[in-house]
Parts: sequence; C-alpha cells; structure tokens
Amino acid sequence: MAQKESNFLNMFLTLLVITGVAALALGGVYTVTKAPIEAAKKAKQEAAIQMVVPGFANKPGDEAIELTSDDGLPLKLFPARDASGALIGVAMETVTMKGFSGEIKVMVGFKPDGEVINYQVLEHKETPGLGTKMADWFKTDVKKQSILGKNPSNTNFTVSKDGTGGEVDAITAATISSRAFLDAVTRAHKAFMDYQTKQGGQLQ
Amino acid sequence: MKNFTKGFLTENPVLVLLLGMCPTLGVTTSAMNGLGMGLATTFVLVASNVVVSLVKDLIPGKVRIPSFIVIIASFVTIVELLMQAYMPALFDSLGLFIPLIVVNCIVLGRAEAFASKNNVASSAVDGLGMGLGFAFALTMLGSIREILGGGAIFGMKLIAGDGILVFILAPGAFIALGYLIALIQKLRKV
Repeated sequence: MAQKESNFLNMFLTLLVITGVAALALGGVYTVTKAPIEAAKKAKQEAAIQMVVPGFANKPGDEAIELTSDDGLPLKLFPARDASGALIGVAMETVTMKGFSGEIKVMVGFKPDGEVINYQVLEHKETPGLGTKMADWFKTDVKKQSILGKNPSNTNFTVSKDGTGGEVDAITAATISSRAFLDAVTRAHKAFMDYQTKQGGQLQ
Repeated sequence: MKNFTKGFLTENPVLVLLLGMCPTLGVTTSAMNGLGMGLATTFVLVASNVVVSLVKDLIPGKVRIPSFIVIIASFVTIVELLMQAYMPALFDSLGLFIPLIVVNCIVLGRAEAFASKNNVASSAVDGLGMGLGFAFALTMLGSIREILGGGAIFGMKLIAGDGILVFILAPGAFIALGYLIALIQKLRKV
C-alpha cells in the first residue's frame, strides 16, 4: 500500500488519532501502576525509618508531622513509639542545599533527648566514589568519623578541619559533601528540639 | 537472522555506530545500571519498531517524525511507570536517564531507517538485536568501570579497597569506551 498523501486533513487526523491512542494507553498504565508506586514509596520510607529508629511498633508514616526549618526548608518528623505508645525516638527526614551538586536528603533517627541513633542517605547527586561515601562514612567508628551515639546539643557537628571547633572528621577529598551532610543533620536536630520546646517539654 | 546479529557486532549502535552516547557514558557506573538501562531501551526499541512498522502506511510522510516521537515517548513513559512501580531500586539509580530514552537517537534512528520500510517481523527482530547489542555494550562498559573503579562486579566485591576512582567518574567512561571500541574494531577486521 502506498503511503498516504500529506494533505492537511490526513496529517491532522493521523496526529489526532496517534496522540489520542497514546493518551489512552498512558492513562491506563498510570491507573494500573498508581497504587504500586505509592506502595513502593511508602515501603521505602518505612524501611528507612526502621533503619534509623529500630524497634518501633506504630506506623510512623501515618503520624508524620511537617516542620519548616529556620531557613525555610521542609522537614518531616516521624514519631516512633513502642508497643505501649511511649516515644522511643523520632526519624527526621531532612534536607540540605549545600551539597557539591545540589540537594541531599537524609533520614536521621534521634532519641528523645536528641542523640543520633542512625541515619540513611535518601537522595543525593554527589560525586560517585567521593561524596557517595557519606552513606557509610559517618557510621564508621574510626577516629572522629562516626556521629552515631553523639548528641548535636553537646557535640559540635561541623567538620573538624574547618577550625570552628568541629568534632567530626570529614570524608577524605569530599569536605563539601561532608559539610552538607552535617548541615542536614544539624538542621534536623535543631528543628526537632525547637518542636519539642514549642510543645512544652519532651515529646510524648 | 542477519537483522538480529548485525546489532551485536557489525552495526552495534554504541561500539560501531557511536549512537546514544549520553546514556552510554552517563549510566554505566556499574554493570547493573548498564544492564537495566540496556534492557529498558530494548523494550522501547522492540515495541516502537513493531508499532511503527504496523502504522507506517497510515502515516503521511510529512508528519512521520512527530508521529514516531509520540509513539516512542509513550512507550518510554510506560517503562518509566512500570519500573517505578515494580523495580524502585533500579529506578532510583537510573532516575533521570529513563525519560532520556525518548531522545536516544538509536530508537528514532531504527524507527526511521528500518521499521518504516520493513514488515513487522523483521522490525521486531531488528529492534531486539539492536536493543540487546546496546544492552551488551552498556553492560560491558559498566562491568569494566565497576571492576577498575570499585573492585566489584554486579555489586559483588572482588578485591578490597576502593579501586581507581577515575573510572567511576566521567573521564573513565570515555577512556574505557575508547578502548572497548578499539577492541571491537580489531575483532571486526579478523
């Protein structure tokens, strides 16, 4: 069969039909995948919270509280409770804009008094092999690398070689990423503490 | 058969035709990423080749490029949604590069150069061959970069330590690709 002639009506109808069919197909797939995508996102969030504040019995995702840091960045607070409903800690989803190449999102777990339990890097665009080491670096108990079990209230969470009295060692060859990471953690800690003060004492 | 095998060696899209360099250099930091990207592209190639060869006689010549692009873009979006729903981990690491399959010149190139002139069966085979050739090249490149740069393959650690960092970074992609192309050229001559 010869190719159709390129006149106005033919071209108009062809494109109309093709875009129409494409729109239908995409709408269909979107409807089918919507629930699994939501579920996958939720599972990921749940897994991250499980990692940074282990041992909770509630659903922190359903109790999320949205906070705003002093400089206007959005944070999320997930309260983690044990079976009796007592607060065992909070997971904070925090963000920094000071990364080497853009935003870094971190989930940090705090005990009610502000001590860091664990953390997980959720999203980043740092240099592979350098900045990406932050996923494990600040958990490794070598020299002053680790931030686990430390409390930003009484430990200076800045890079030790910056000369600002910092007490955390930066990642070798990735000082900017390290500063950004600590910035995110400090921001989460401050927002958590401020929130508790506003609520009048420790969160229940 | 010839339509299938040409995608691997004589007309390999990456190693011989040097098409689709953006995803090639961008995603191949690990073997797994390369394979995932290659298979996603293969799916889009086969699907769009089949559809294009089915509708080729119904499309007026002057609007064929916009029509092909709409077809390809639809399949890419379908892949993106499916991957997000059922393979979130892979989607996280490929992220930005999945939508970029739309503008991958291999896909439009095969639609225009092959599928719009051939029947459905040979177009499907052509798409499959080209796609797997692309996946093969990306997996090779990803493996080389992962072994040299991280001392691992498919996430399994072979040697302790960090490896040669430059191979994970962009310059390493160019160096590894250059040597891989040279090797394929040599193989084609003999």
